Amino acid sequence: MHELSLSSAIVNTVVKHAAGRRVSVVNLRVGALRQVVPDTLEFYFEFVARGTVCEGATLEQELTPARLRCGDCDSEWAIEMPVFMCPRCGPGASIEIASGDEFEVESIEVEEAECIAPR
Amino acid sequence: MHRTKVKIVEEALDANNTIARANRDDFERAGVKVVNFMSAPGAGKTALLERVVDQLPGVRVGVLEGDVQGSMDADRLATLHVPVTQLNTDPSFGGECHLDANMVRTALPDLPLDEIDLLVIENVGNLVCPAEFKVGEDARIMVSAITEGEEKPLKYPLMFRACELVLINKIDLLPHLDFDLDRFLHNLDAVNPGVARMLVSARTGEGVEQWRDWLTRLGSDVQVAV
Repeated sequence: MHELSLSSAIVNTVVKHAAGRRVSVVNLRVGALRQVVPDTLEFYFEFVARGTVCEGATLEQELTPARLRCGDCDSEWAIEMPVFMCPRCGPGASIEIASGDEFEVESIEVEEAECIAPR
Repeated sequence: MHRTKVKIVEEALDANNTIARANRDDFERAGVKVVNFMSAPGAGKTALLERVVDQLPGVRVGVLEGDVQGSMDADRLATLHVPVTQLNTDPSFGGECHLDANMVRTALPDLPLDEIDLLVIENVGNLVCPAEFKVGEDARIMVSAITEGEEKPLKYPLMFRACELVLINKIDLLPHLDFDLDRFLHNLDAVNPGVARMLVSARTGEGVEQWRDWLTRLGSDVQVAV
């Protein structure tokens, strides 16, 4: 259900960088830990984009897996369930998120008019 | 026409985070500590606030009450003679299911910041969206009622990881439910290892004192151990 607000956040970010140019593709990086439903995000994005330079743009979502790193033994592993514990060191070890908490606009593709060379 | 790729790499919620920082600066200037208080609907946020807001020694509390609509919760708290400001997300903010930094910013002029030491922002009841949107708080507290079951931390890790203190509410119902407290705590520690937690009952008042102390320390600007 947070996909609606997240769509608005994406559109706002893209509009800022598009500087008035029409946007054809938005490349988004979404971490597995963000609990985003891709289809729902796409649905709302199309809706929120209406009337902006993003209208009709394709939303490409690159899903990054959740990976954790142990600050104690430096090992790295993937998780399916949200269990933030090092399989080697057990409870108490300091755990960092190596990947999977991203929610960022990686790039956009914009349409630009051809430059007309001065005669 | 030709297509150009523009590299951006920007957290999509940066705009919200920037406004949250501005809120935080304003709160700091006013000497007010801020709690973002979150839970699912019906977990007991308002009932828990009724137990404490007028009972923190030396700490003047104000409440910013976030709801989609209505002022039932604000009315309840106003009877305790603390300043309560209502912030409805419907219709001004499209009936949003959470508060964001900009909504709180619009409420700033209505907040009596020079008359309070601690502002509790009671967020809209929801276990997903509020976790994504910082509002300018010093601390995030969430309430999880035992009637919600043991698996909630595993189902809503975003929320359970976003907070510094978890209040486990409605423990007066423990004898009547199949709720397995150890399993809940095990799940909580899997998702947010070692996060501070308190067992409380808004109904009987059990355990509420330790929460009162926690808020008093925060409001008196004493370093809170989390």
